[in-house]
This record gives sequence, structure tokens and C-alpha cells, in this order.
Amino acid sequence: MAKRSRPFWLWPAVTVLILALAWWQLPAQFGVRPVYLWTDRLIFLLLAGALFLGGWIRRREHLRQPWVEVFRQRRAMVALVVLLAFVITGLLDSVHYRKPLPMVDGQQGVQYSVEVVTLLDELLGTLREGTEKTYSAPFAMTQLARETVTLPDGTQSRIRPRLRHGGAHLTDPSQRGRDILASGLAGAAIGVGLTMLVWLLLGAILSRRWQTSWRAALTRIVHGRTEVPWRAILVTAGSLLVLMAMTALWSRHWHVFGTDKVGEDVLYLAIKSIRTGLVIGTLTTLVMLPFAILLGIMAGYFRGWVDDIIQYLYTTLSSIPGVLLIAAAVLSIQVYIANHPDLFETATDRADLRLLALCVILGITSWTNLCRLLRGETFKLREMDYIQAATAFGVGHFTILGRHVLPNVLHIVLIIVVLDFSGLVLAEAVLSYVGVGVDPSTISWGNMINGARLELAREPVVWWSLAAAFVFMFALVLSANLFADAVRDAFDPRLREQSP
Amino acid sequence: MSGDDILLRVRDLRVQFGQGPQAVRAVDGVDFAIRRGETFALLGESGCGKSMSALALLQLVPRPAGRITSGEVWFDGQDLLALSEQQMRQVRGHRISMIFQEPMTSLNPVMTVGEQIGEVLEQHLGLPRRARRDRTIELLTDVGIPAPARRIDDYPHQLSGGMKQRVMIAMALAGEPDLLIADEPTTALDVTIQAQVLELLAKIQRDTGMAILLITHDLGIVAETVDHVAVMYAGQIVEAASRRELFASPLHPYTRKLFAAVPDRRKRGRKLETISGNVPPLNRRFTGCRFAERCDEAWLRCREQAPAWTERETDGETHGVRCLRYQPGIEAPRVVSRPGSETGSGETKPASASTLLTVRDLKVHFPIRKGLFKRVVGHVYAVDGVDLQIADGRTLALVGESGCGKTTAGKAILRLIAPTAGEVIYDGQDLARLPADELRRLRARLQIIFQDPFASMNPRMMVGNIVEEGMRAQGIGRTAEERRQRVAQLLEQVGLPPEAARRYPHEFSGGQRQRICIARALAVEPRLIVCDEPTSALDVSVQAQTLNLLKDLQDRFGLGYLFITHNISVVAYLAHDVAVMYLGRIVEQGPVDAILDDPRHPYTRALLSAVPSLDENGREIIRLEGELPSPINPPPGCHFHPRCPDAMPVCAERYPDPVTLPDGRVVKCHLVGD
Ligand code: SF4
Ligand code: SF4
Repeated sequence: MAKRSRPFWLWPAVTVLILALAWWQLPAQFGVRPVYLWTDRLIFLLLAGALFLGGWIRRREHLRQPWVEVFRQRRAMVALVVLLAFVITGLLDSVHYRKPLPMVDGQQGVQYSVEVVTLLDELLGTLREGTEKTYSAPFAMTQLARETVTLPDGTQSRIRPRLRHGGAHLTDPSQRGRDILASGLAGAAIGVGLTMLVWLLLGAILSRRWQTSWRAALTRIVHGRTEVPWRAILVTAGSLLVLMAMTALWSRHWHVFGTDKVGEDVLYLAIKSIRTGLVIGTLTTLVMLPFAILLGIMAGYFRGWVDDIIQYLYTTLSSIPGVLLIAAAVLSIQVYIANHPDLFETATDRADLRLLALCVILGITSWTNLCRLLRGETFKLREMDYIQAATAFGVGHFTILGRHVLPNVLHIVLIIVVLDFSGLVLAEAVLSYVGVGVDPSTISWGNMINGARLELAREPVVWWSLAAAFVFMFALVLSANLFADAVRDAFDPRLREQSP
Repeated sequence: MSGDDILLRVRDLRVQFGQGPQAVRAVDGVDFAIRRGETFALLGESGCGKSMSALALLQLVPRPAGRITSGEVWFDGQDLLALSEQQMRQVRGHRISMIFQEPMTSLNPVMTVGEQIGEVLEQHLGLPRRARRDRTIELLTDVGIPAPARRIDDYPHQLSGGMKQRVMIAMALAGEPDLLIADEPTTALDVTIQAQVLELLAKIQRDTGMAILLITHDLGIVAETVDHVAVMYAGQIVEAASRRELFASPLHPYTRKLFAAVPDRRKRGRKLETISGNVPPLNRRFTGCRFAERCDEAWLRCREQAPAWTERETDGETHGVRCLRYQPGIEAPRVVSRPGSETGSGETKPASASTLLTVRDLKVHFPIRKGLFKRVVGHVYAVDGVDLQIADGRTLALVGESGCGKTTAGKAILRLIAPTAGEVIYDGQDLARLPADELRRLRARLQIIFQDPFASMNPRMMVGNIVEEGMRAQGIGRTAEERRQRVAQLLEQVGLPPEAARRYPHEFSGGQRQRICIARALAVEPRLIVCDEPTSALDVSVQAQTLNLLKDLQDRFGLGYLFITHNISVVAYLAHDVAVMYLGRIVEQGPVDAILDDPRHPYTRALLSAVPSLDENGREIIRLEGELPSPINPPPGCHFHPRCPDAMPVCAERYPDPVTLPDGRVVKCHLVGD
């Protein structure tokens, strides 16, 4: 056993510093102008917080043990892999910058485009740029609606014109099926190859930890004889890689999920929506946590008039219908934004502020639940002998709160945060649908679904926007729920006591 | 034993939790037999598998974690383990019933008493509705519930603990069973109530001729009520004999140690016998004797050969034991008697030690608030005028039944609960009125040890930090290094290795935790420690260790103890002075010998007589009627008069004044003095 071990925050601190430096300095190296949106900064803060929390948890046996249990559950790990894919996409989409415009003669200094792009946009290049005129179906070569065009011989005819981008490389429309199959197969092959690479890499890493040969580690993974279900993780990651590679190859020439009313690729929209969903699901928690924790444990610990006030506060808040409160707040913010256009440099800035405002409002309406739970738990804890013992030593109130109460309610906080996440993602969709959600210019699943209202009434039906939003949201919410279940099982002491 | 008077015969019963090599074998080959109409006790400390054996008889082992892996349970010509769940339901509650330790959790809170008993009557006897009610009232009368016709429509929360246990017994009797399994039936009850319940069980047994399987850890109860005893240790029965035989000549080293570990008066001034170490974990295979690691009489062979069950005949009675020393054909080395355990410190310090703490007329009244505006509608007179004096280096025991306010008084002295009135004078200062920051400094002088060693430590902190907490709050030890050394030293003083500082509380057993709590209290160098039932959650052998430690610390550091307890044998062993509390007031107070030899207050007499003891058989129990009245409406006059066997008319009118007797004790009773 090491005599004086390193402080738990050492590695998190180093990682966070490196990240911050990169975020701050790298854009200049590439000649672009960084844009730090408010949500970006908060996401960075959240990331840093998560890193520190992770470091701290590793040192606390009672918190580490449940996580170890989570990591041993196959279902939880499969969900986690999917979640991670979403999170990485969201993070890439949170690095905003403006590109320089081409130099004009005699220009002083560099001018930057008003359009704010992200790292993700860079990766999705063709998806973003390959826009059409209007609706087109998935894998279509022609537009959905007929148009009157003048043929070379002067006659007019109503036909479905070929798309600018979708299938434009084919001259012979009958080649469509073969091309799709060919690029699909090629994508699958690339995906499988990548998976093998991951497997070899994993084997190399794990063989060092297990102190076995590389080959032995590889077979152990394949046979599933590992504590952490690496095989399941690998299979999930592999399926995701195959899927992504196939989609990537297809979308070089096709619109996998079709295009929307203004001809934008629906797949692109669905991917861009990920960030919005994640921001709502996580930042809301960040906003509400300090309130809920502080007020909850204070009410439970001090009782008396402190408790009365806090209880009054949250019963009042939770008896107003949430949607009403949110609608009122969002509308007034909308008015504020409309009246102060000078405050925002770009449209992205404006949309971002509204997103943040939505998080804050959702946070304010959703902290009461956690607060109530914490109050009840603290009530019980307060009577515990160890808190009385601390009082008998003359330990101060806030030290007791920090040292004895908070660590003993932390598991509740964790459970609630994870459980609330998927609910919040869904809430965004519903609110945007009702019209009090994010800014209409923000790409989000809610807005996509909102648009689908009219599309479903068209003839022929435009179903792909809704389908894309549904598939992505379903994947995120399902994996978040599966993961949350595992976390709750591992942390809920009531479930644990039953096994001797 | 032979013949058909055997009601229940258990052969090679095994219960296992979990699978594979890590499986916990909670019951590992248990054999015993119960005759019709007799009381049979399974005696053992916590975790020995006694309750699990009883549950297994009824196929009630919690599934799916646990299962019965082998065995036969012959009950009246039937093998119960071969029955299906359906058939078993006919046996449970009808042929064999069970009562549990916790009457609070074994009654359904949303059904009336009558409904719950009626349910059993309907299911097993098929009585029609009217007859059910009549029979229920009969049963309630049998178990001694006053006004049963009224009580029948009460809900469990309207009954006191003792009443609930009576209702449980009535429920168990409803099916007219041949065998009643009583799992620690009186552990949650006070001694006077315990005496009532035990007497009730004996009476029912006489009337109905049913057999009782009593599961208990309390040697005193066994000594009083039982015909046959089997002692369990680590999943096996290690000794079985008739009660007389076992108490007269216990054979197994473990049994003998158990007897020796019980504190009592004759052991005053000596160290109690203890059993070192802990019960071995049951998730491994044993090659030798399970007790070998803790046995003083073990020799090499004990670790290699598992002792077989050996039976001896004495006066026509069988006495079985599982120990190599008694196994025929084995030559055991002679026991080297260990010196040292006999010689304790000298007897009590001179009585004229200086006064450490004086409590005068201490009162704690909790307001009862009702309604929208939380108006005060009454008070709970939890502590209602208590006077105490504790001297340096001496132990004052505060004795009473639960609900008498003794714990509240202890906490109010330390101002963990705000006292309503009165003075607590330490070192010339009145603690009850001291401003918060001055009190905070004084807290180092006065410490407390709690009853439940599992609840008194923050499970999220390492032991080192727990012990250190008081030092940090009080500014003892300037550097972290200094404090760490002091923690190590403290842990050593209470008999724990210094490495314990880096571990978490859950890694320790109950007794070890209690020692950590003692170390934590010692860390701030207190003069007085309030010990709030520090041993009542511990097994006898562990209790002995804790008492030895407390006594030792007192001798070394001259600590004063306020020892709050309901356990009279601990008082007899440890205390110098005794104060008996009844309903918020002290009714008798004085030197321990005077009070135990010649109690003057009727309540003290009843309390002392209710304590089961190991040796006297012919003692007469003064039966107390009813239970402790509510401290919200104490009876007028002497609080004890509704239950007092000697009550006089004047008792209901006036609270008796304290009378000081020549031997220095103070009694509050009209009988005394006037
Ligand atoms: S067999 Fe040996 S170790 Fe076991 S109780 Fe007998 S003497 Fe002690
Ligand atoms: S005062 Fe009367 S009622 Fe009270 S204890 Fe004495 S004799 Fe009994």
C-alpha cells in the first residue's frame, strides 16, 4: 500500500487543463475564429465536473463498488456504448467556430463568415452541403414532387426532376439498386475491419492489465471469460461501426433519410439534434442540482422555520402546472430576445441563449422532486447516532452537513440524475412540439417532429423526418433508461439487502 | 430418547445460501428431537443459525437466495420437508405456529386485531363468522388482554409492544397447534413484560399440552423456563442436554465460556471471561473443530479432526456434546488453566471521590402540537425532575424500562436534546445554560457511547477519520501526523490494530465497532462518558469484552460513567451506584449493594424479581399488572400506584417526597420513612 497516495484530483486536473488549453489555443492555429457559446462553456464545465467526480468516486469504496457492479452488467455496458457514441457526437458538435472568408483585394485583416460551424459539420461535410430543392424520399434519385420543366424540344412536361446530389453520379437510373448494395457492402466491410482493429487494440491493452500474452487476451475476450463484458461491448461497438461506415459511404451519393422541405438532408438534421437533446438532458440537471441538494438537506437537517420556508417554496412551485410555467417563461424570454437584437452577434448566439433559458426553466420546475427526496432522507439521517456523536464533539452544523449528511445521500442524487435524463430529452421534444421549446432555428428532434405535423398530411406522405427523429430519440432514450436501471439497481440499498 | 412421545424429530438439516464454493452453510447438519408438551430451547449467539433452523422446519427459508439442501423433519409421522407448498400451508399456523421477535413488523398494520386472528380461525378451523368473533375474544382473554371485547377492533398501532406480542401469541394459538415456535419472543420487550409473556407461555403450555421450541440467546430465560436445551455454534449443535444437566455440568468449552461470560454480582472486581476472536465465516469448509480458533482447550488435533457427536448417559439422561475432549478413544492433553483472568483490579475506589457532575431537577418536556397553527395541546413529560450525582472514577447506573426517559435524560445532560428546566453542573458551570460556543469547548469533557454500534458511525468515513473527528473539532493534536499517532494509540488501547484506521466501519463486527466508538469518545480525553445501553445490541461473549474494556479504562483514567441500561446483571457487575427511573422520575437511588440486596421501593423490587437468573430456581416473581403508563398523562399521585401491589389511598393523591435512609439512599414512596 502506498504511503501517501496521489490526490484524487491530479489526473482529472491535468486532463481538464489540457482540454481547456486545446479549446482555447487550437482554433487560432487553424486560422478560424472560435465562438464560445454559453452552452458550450457549461458543457465543458460539466465535463470537467464529471472527470473530477469520477476521480473522487474511484477513491471511495462505497461509491466505487456499485459502479464496478454496473460495469459488469452486460445490458448496462451495451447501453453505455450507445450512449458514448451519442455523447461524442454531441461533444464534437459543441466546438463552434467561424471560418475566414476568402481575402478580397485591399482588405485589412481577415473577415470571418457569419455562419457558425462545428467540428461535427466538418466531418459531415457532404451531408451538410449536399442540399436539394425540396422533399425527396430516402435513397431517391428524383424529387418527390413533379415540376413543370421545358424540355430541349420546347415542349413542357411535368416530371420528377433528378436531384442535384442524390444519385447524381449515376447516368442510368437502373443502376441504383446495384450502387446502393455495392456501397453498403463496402461500408460493412470497412466497419468489420475497424471492429477487428478495435479488438486487437483492446487485446493489447487488456493483456498488459491481465499480465497475459496478447493472443491469450484476444481469445479470452472472444470467449467472454472476462469480468467486464468486453465481448458484448465489442459486438455493440462493432455493430455501431458497421452502421456508421455503411451510412457514411451511402451518404456520399445518397440521402439515406431523404431530404426535408427546403432540401436539407434529414440524416444531417437528426445527427445535429443530438447535441440539443444532450444539452437539455444534462445542463438542466446542472442547474437544478445545487438548489435541490442544498435546500433539501438544509430543510431536513435544520427543520423548524427553515424547513417551513423550503417546503412552502417547493410545494408552491410543484403545484403550478409545469407546462404553464415553462410557456410563460419561454414566451417572455422570446420577447426579451426580440427586443434586444443588438446583444447577439449571430443567429446562433440567439438560439443558444434560448436553449440555455429553456434548461434553466426546466431545471427550476424539476428540482422539487429531488429536493423532497433528499429532505426525507436527511430527516432520517439526522436522528442517526453518528450525527449526534458529531454534535457531542462540538462539530459545527455545516461541517456535519458536508461530512456526514451529503456523502450519505449522494447515491440518491446519482440515481435521480440518471433517471431524469431521458425524461428531459423527451420533454424537449414535447415542448418544441407545443411551440414553447427551443428556437425554431435550432435543429432539434422536437422541431423535426413539429414539422412532421404538416408533412404527414401531404400526399404522398413524407414520413422520413418523423422516422429519423424517432429512431435517434428512441436509441438515446432507450440506452439511457437501460443504463439508469442498472445504476439504480446497483445503488439502491433496498434492493441489495435482499441478497445475504 | 425413544417412544412415541416424540413430536418432532429433525435429522441432518442443512440450509445453504448461494451456490458454489462461496456458499454460506448457515445450518450444517442439525439433529434434535422435541417431546410432546415440553419446552425445547435452541440457544446460541447471533449468526449461529438457530433462527434459520426454525424457519427451515416450516420451509420458510427465504428464497431464492437460500435453500434446504438436505435433511428430514419428522413431525407426527410426516416428513415436513417432503410436503408441497400447498400441503405446507395446512401445517403452518395449524399444526405448527410461529411467533417472532418483532411484534411490530409481524402484524399487518391495516387490519384490526380481530380480523387478523379471525383469518387464521377461518383458514384452519373453518369457523363461521359469529363463532369466529366469540373465539377471538376467548383467545384474547386467554392471553391476558384486558377488555378483549373492545380491543378486538383495535389496530396494531393502538397497542403497546407487550400487547402486540400477546396478540401474536393469540394468533399463533388460534390454529390450536401442537408445536409453537417462539423466535426470541421477548427480546424486544422489557423485563417486567418479558416475565409476563414467559409466564403466559408456561400457563398455555400447562393448559393445552403443546410443545414449545424456544429460540433465544438469553441464558437467563433458558434457566427459568426450559426442559431441554441445545446449544448452537456456527451452524451446528455443539451440546444438548436437559436444562438441569446442562446448567449443573456444562461440557463443551463454548458452553462453559458462555456461562462464565454472563456478568453478575459475584464477578465484580474481576474480569469477565471472554471468548477471543469471532464466529468463523460459514462460507468455507471446516476440517477441524469450528470452535478451535477461539477455544482455550484446543490442541493440535482439534484443527485436523472434526469432532463427532458424542452422547453420555448420566442419571438416565442423555447429554450430547460435540468436542474431541469427550470423544471416546481420544487422549486429550490436560488443560493448562490460564492465569490472569482471575485477577482484576482491586475492588471499588473509596466512596468519597469528588463529585464530577451534578444534575438538579432536570426536566425535558416535549410539546405536542396539533392543528393548522400547531397549537401546543399538551406535553410529553419524558424527564420530569431528575437529580443525579456522579463522582470521579465511579459508575452510576440509570436503570429503567424502555419509555421511562432514561435515554432522554442522558442526552439532555449532554444537551443533545435541549432540557426544559433544571441544572447540569460540571466544573462550576451550568451546561444547560451555557452559550453555544462555550458549550462546544466543554464538550470534550463529556462524551457519549450509543447503543447501536451500526448506526453510530458514518459508514462513509474511514475509522481513522471517525476517531479523529472529535480531536479536530476540539483542536487536539496540532498536525495531521500527531493526530494519526494518537489515533493509532487509541485503537491499540481498545484492542484493535492500528491498520484498522484505514478501513471502513462495515468491515468490523458489532463488538469491534463498539470499541471503535469507545476509542472515538476517548480521543478528546473526557472525564465523563454517558454509556447509552452500550452492550444491549451485543452477544454475551462480546458484551463481556466490552464491559471488561470499560472497566479497565475507568481504572486507568479515572473516568466517570453514567451507565444507562435495563440489564440488571450488567448493573450488578459494573455499577457503584444505581438510580431507578420510572416514568421520568427517579424513584430510588443509592449504592449498588444496598439496592440489589434490599430494594425498598415496590417498583425496584418488582424489577429485580422479574430478571431471570441463572441459579436461583425458587425465586418469586412479583407480577406487575399492566404496562408503563403514557408520559403524556402521568397518573396522579405516585406514578406507580396503578400497578403497585402495595398501593394505599394516599398514593393516588400525593406524589411521595424523597426520603433519605441511613445507608445513604433516597427513596420516593409513602411506604418508606413515614
Ligand atoms: S474439539 Fe477441541 S477446539 Fe473444539 S471445543 Fe473441543 S477442545 Fe475445543
Ligand atoms: S407511593 Fe404508594 S403507589 Fe407509589 S410505590 Fe409507594 S406504595 Fe406504591
